[in-house]
Amino acid sequence: MANALSTFGNDLHSGKRSYPFVGKRNVWLLLATLLVVLSILVPVAKGGFNLGIDFRGGSEFTVSSVENEDPSVGEKIIAEKAPEAHDVRVTNIAPNTMRAQMSTLTDSQTLDVKKSLQDAYGVSDQDVTSSFVGPTWGADVTRQAFVGLIAFVILALIGMALYFRTWKMSLSAIAGLLFTVVITVGIYALVDFEITPSAIIGFLTILSYSLYDSVVVFDKIRENTEGYSEQKKRTFGEQINLAVNQTLVRSINTSVVGVLPVGAILFIGAFILGAGTLRDLSLALFVGIIVGTIGTILVSAPMYAALRLSEKKIKKHDQYIEDIRSGRVKEEDEGDHSSDSDGGSVRIEVNPVNLG
Amino acid sequence: MAKRSPLAKSRAALVSMAALIIVLCAGVFGSTFSGGSWGTKLALDLSGGTQMVLSPQVVGSESDTVNSDQLNQAVEIIRQRVDGAGVSEAEVSTQSNKNVVVSVPGNLDAKTRELIQASAQMDFRPVLVSAAPGKVADDQKTPEKELPKGDKKPENASDQNWITADLWRQFENTDCAAASSDKAENQDPKKAIVACSEDGSEKFILGPVEVKGTDIQDASHSQVSNSSGVSTGQWGVNIQFNEVAKKKFEEVTTRLYSFYGANQQDARARFAIMLDGKVLSSPVAQAVITDGKPQITGNFTEESASALAEQLKYGALPINFTIQSEQQISATLGADQLKMGLIAGLIGLVLVFIYSLFQYRLLGFVTIASLVVAGLISYLAIVLLGWSINYRLSLAGIAGLIVAVGQTADSFIVYFERIRDEIREGRTIPAAVDHGWVSARKTILASKAVNLLAAVVLYVVSVGSVRGFAFTLGLTAIADLIVVFLFTHPMLSLLARTRYFGEGRRHSGLSPESLGAVPLYRGAGRIRKPEDSDGLTIAERRRAARAQTQQASSAGSVPTESTGTKEAGE
Repeated sequence: MANALSTFGNDLHSGKRSYPFVGKRNVWLLLATLLVVLSILVPVAKGGFNLGIDFRGGSEFTVSSVENEDPSVGEKIIAEKAPEAHDVRVTNIAPNTMRAQMSTLTDSQTLDVKKSLQDAYGVSDQDVTSSFVGPTWGADVTRQAFVGLIAFVILALIGMALYFRTWKMSLSAIAGLLFTVVITVGIYALVDFEITPSAIIGFLTILSYSLYDSVVVFDKIRENTEGYSEQKKRTFGEQINLAVNQTLVRSINTSVVGVLPVGAILFIGAFILGAGTLRDLSLALFVGIIVGTIGTILVSAPMYAALRLSEKKIKKHDQYIEDIRSGRVKEEDEGDHSSDSDGGSVRIEVNPVNLG
Repeated sequence: MAKRSPLAKSRAALVSMAALIIVLCAGVFGSTFSGGSWGTKLALDLSGGTQMVLSPQVVGSESDTVNSDQLNQAVEIIRQRVDGAGVSEAEVSTQSNKNVVVSVPGNLDAKTRELIQASAQMDFRPVLVSAAPGKVADDQKTPEKELPKGDKKPENASDQNWITADLWRQFENTDCAAASSDKAENQDPKKAIVACSEDGSEKFILGPVEVKGTDIQDASHSQVSNSSGVSTGQWGVNIQFNEVAKKKFEEVTTRLYSFYGANQQDARARFAIMLDGKVLSSPVAQAVITDGKPQITGNFTEESASALAEQLKYGALPINFTIQSEQQISATLGADQLKMGLIAGLIGLVLVFIYSLFQYRLLGFVTIASLVVAGLISYLAIVLLGWSINYRLSLAGIAGLIVAVGQTADSFIVYFERIRDEIREGRTIPAAVDHGWVSARKTILASKAVNLLAAVVLYVVSVGSVRGFAFTLGLTAIADLIVVFLFTHPMLSLLARTRYFGEGRRHSGLSPESLGAVPLYRGAGRIRKPEDSDGLTIAERRRAARAQTQQASSAGSVPTESTGTKEAGE
């Protein structure tokens, strides 16, 4: 199997096997746009997100090491001790762990309910955890997250434009990033995962991941397209496509290696600890890493190609390659063509490649 | 670029890596002599305890945020309250420049919680009686029939008729060392009360409130000057009242000064400045203040004068606290979460190990070793930060560390894939390692910069436990860079010069055959010594030669070297 992936990598590297990421760019971009629109429509159609208690405000109790996982035990206690509490939800969030959420209780009620839950489920004082969240807490976290999102996007936009020396690359990378975040949030809405501050942080981390992935692929694109006008084998678009194909094995390896530890946290978080920081964070990351890798390949790279291919100079070069291929120009007379380049360093292609 | 051989450079890098680890270890070892330990400090969600997020609000202010001065004052208020309530090991800190976070091990009792939430109030009351802070022994107590009656209607705030028999008994029974004596909201502003001084050195019976803290316009500290304007070298605190209080304060000082005139030792010549139910300061009125600008003098140092002035300033701005969130984590749950977090990390790590061995064969061991080294530096750094800036590892922090495993491993993937690309293009393995490094280095630096930027932005904007996540994410990005430069690359350079890896044997992960390189070029590395290998393939050399002749004939702008040759000597 390792050999299979290795051969796959070899073929992608030489161009023997190639996926039309650039050639079919309009298809990919249209598909991406569709998915984004869907992701926006899903929460609208479902009437909003499933917001966690941090956004609603209220009191929460977690009872661990319970034997009896019957929610009605907890519900009865709450109805008895805090009759005016509404939105009561008692759930079995993980093996031997119960969680009760309700509207805000007073201090004395909190103590009362805590004690009664402890007795009813037959656990010790050490096993009951209580928390209270003000209604503005979640909103605070969200506002901060938005500030973070905007600050990060602007800084990344500038930083990448400086690093890659072209705003078209940074714009495409940001497009891939937004695609990733919107789709991830859309999936969250679709499967009704609870949105908590931890999930929001997961979303923010995806930003970093998605951009990170784009930088690696774009670095290869830059390398391949450097001095493109000096060579006569591939058009600009083909160079980009080759770069994406050449980094495909890396992209796959990266997502696997990224998803493995996140999957481990997700497994522990979801099946053993139950809802909480670990599960929410890793769920967002798990979805985001996969979508992020796809976003780079199917959104950022095709979009960059689309942005560049309409440039005059590139069109001229494409025409020139076209002419060579159809035999209108002989390979040897390229003297006057290369003289209008900016004298950038020559990228010498070592392997003879047939593009078929 | 230094002209040292790659071999020497690699060795130097590995030595500096070892030196860094030794320095970190020595740092941790050194810290154990001043309260540090070899373990990380744990946050509340792992050790169990209560955490409250409070948002301070200035009473009567339009804006719902406070500035940084007010926030610092708020932290001070809360810290004093928590300490006053006798809670040990409490931590009070600020969060995103607007909230105050109180963390205490164990549970908070209802009384302490109430105390923490109460709004800070400053009042000025006249002193009626003062005494030593301890409880009066039963045989020393005033006999029943000699108790003050307090039956006449008091004429002014300094009138002894405020003292009732009950109040007197309460005064006698008060022990300032016990924390329970101070509840600001139980002190009726219209009646006399019993209170202790803040440092617990004195207890008082005080008359009703005469001037409120909100009437203070400003407070400052300065050196005291005598009547001829020459500085005496003493420190004093200056208060400036507003127009309304100016008049009132004149009345008060007139009355108090008359007591002072009759008997300088009379407790009634003093007025008490109260904050949060405790007496901050109880100066004697030595003059009638008509301009609303009293100066308090005494045994102040510059520091204590400044502290009192600060406290007076915030008396002018009473701060309310609302609880944003409160979490009680039981110790069992904390321990559970820590255990599970570690297990998750271990599983993740093992999966990554297996995958790298599967993908990169023996080269995978370099990934594993690099991850272990990166983990070691991160751990030592966290321990050191725990000791120096009190950084505590939270569950989110552990999640950050685990997520970082994947991102760290990716640096190695980028590097290894580059090397494989170079081998596919026909380079010898040692040359491929050097060339691959040059291009991978750029990519790794750029992509880690993105990670670091994200971590910093997350850290700056985030609230709550999330900070721990951003923190470890950033920390590991740095550790990753150090490891790639000082460990992974030098290791690979050295390995590429061994026979097994240099010739790309079957399980080395670099085998040119399985990478589909054209076999003709493979032998080159064996014949040439690694040092003088220019790492060029035959095709490249041919191209370079052609470019040279072309340049000679056309004197065109085509550079003579390919990017590859330029960087080969680095």
